[in-house]
Amino acid sequence: MGGKNGKQTFQFANPPVIISTGTVAGPFEGQGPLAQDMDVVLGDLRNGKTTFEQAERSMLTQACRLALDHASRSTSEVDLFLAGDLLNQIISSSFTALSLGIPFLGLYGACSTAVESLALGSMILDGGFCGAVLVATSSHNATAERQYRYPTEYGGQRRPYQQWTVTGAGAALLGYTGQGPRVTAATIGKVMDLGCKDPLNLGAAMAPAAADTLFCYFQDTGWDPNSFDLILTGDLGEIGLKLCREGLAEKGLELGENFNDCGLLIYDREKQDVHAGASGCAAMGLVAFGNIYRQFQKGELSRVLLVATGALHSPTSYMQGENIPCIAHAVRIEA
Amino acid sequence: MPGKKLNPQQAAYQQKVKKHEPQPNLFRNSLLAFVSGGIISIIGQGFTDFYRVTMNLSTEKAGNPAVATMILAGALLTAFGAFDRVARFAGAGISVPVTGFANSMVSAALEFREEGLVLGVGSKLFSLAGSVITFGVVTAFVVGLIHALIPGR
Repeated sequence: MGGKNGKQTFQFANPPVIISTGTVAGPFEGQGPLAQDMDVVLGDLRNGKTTFEQAERSMLTQACRLALDHASRSTSEVDLFLAGDLLNQIISSSFTALSLGIPFLGLYGACSTAVESLALGSMILDGGFCGAVLVATSSHNATAERQYRYPTEYGGQRRPYQQWTVTGAGAALLGYTGQGPRVTAATIGKVMDLGCKDPLNLGAAMAPAAADTLFCYFQDTGWDPNSFDLILTGDLGEIGLKLCREGLAEKGLELGENFNDCGLLIYDREKQDVHAGASGCAAMGLVAFGNIYRQFQKGELSRVLLVATGALHSPTSYMQGENIPCIAHAVRIEA
Repeated sequence: MPGKKLNPQQAAYQQKVKKHEPQPNLFRNSLLAFVSGGIISIIGQGFTDFYRVTMNLSTEKAGNPAVATMILAGALLTAFGAFDRVARFAGAGISVPVTGFANSMVSAALEFREEGLVLGVGSKLFSLAGSVITFGVVTAFVVGLIHALIPGR
């Protein structure tokens, strides 16, 4: 069994394997540069369903089924399903869990869920409680916009620092044994509040949380940032990534060219009008379980640090004048 | 909204955020709003003249069917998914006139149709337009009161 290393980092003695992944991307994401790394690209934002909420859960279910199919496993061979999404009461995950019939623990970490579920799943596996854990997350542009902001067809001008919620779902099957990249360590973040109130600029709100978790990871492990092929945040976007880089530099941690953000990778920002980049659970979900996983399979990557950030506010807390509390979790993945 | 006091660390961070936050191009946005708002006004004036001539109405009365037509146009644009695309560029030019009011109601109606007619459309129809109506009525009341109290009209 592994153990704690430093203040917030957990080291796995028997690092769990990411046996397989499944990804489903929305039509707009399918026009982006990472489309070829997605298992399925939808032609329709509703995925043939009546409501956008049904569409989101159908995508999440499909991503989970794909991950299981790729590993030739049935749902009965999976011990635990960990999932979360952005919708109130995480309905996408719960309804998906209903259709899969796997024992389920629902998570809420907003856009940090992809990494939160990987970290938690790995701990459960390394603790010897399970043999296979399915982790998944989803977000949908129309469902998130309507919950957090305005109706889909409302015509308002977007701010230049606003981000675009990704439509997509990603799932990964973690196992105790098998072939694939391994989750070797996880750093669990603390909730941070640096006084941000603007729900249209979540990148800036989340940047301090990402910087704190990253700094903590490097303090705890003593690793050199340059030993990573890639250090990838979830959905900080252009402004958030700048602020995170700056915050770390102030603490004496200079990150180089290998530091990037999923939110800047999903879309072609020259052609797709998404302003500061992508946001949403599926930003990390699609990039990590699609693009990054495939690069590991091809042997192009050997060591990656994934840091997913989440803004933990709700429309109610925002309207009542509260600041936006944020969190970030990190996992180290090695070939 | 109660504003919480920022601690020094939060205040310092907010300064940094301000520095990095790109601001909207006010000149470009104002110009686009001016031009598109102007075009919409010309169309509205066209309808007013059309109704004045064809229906033989006074200029004042012809305004009513013209406004109704512009509302219909805003509603149709919203329903066909074109309004938000136009609004990205036109900005205040299309959202300040009555077309914007139509959009705020129709977009809410479309969005909450799935929750049924009573709990969805019925109660959420004014989710965006509600405050415009509320404060419009309050303002009208205050202005009316002042008007009634000033002697010697």
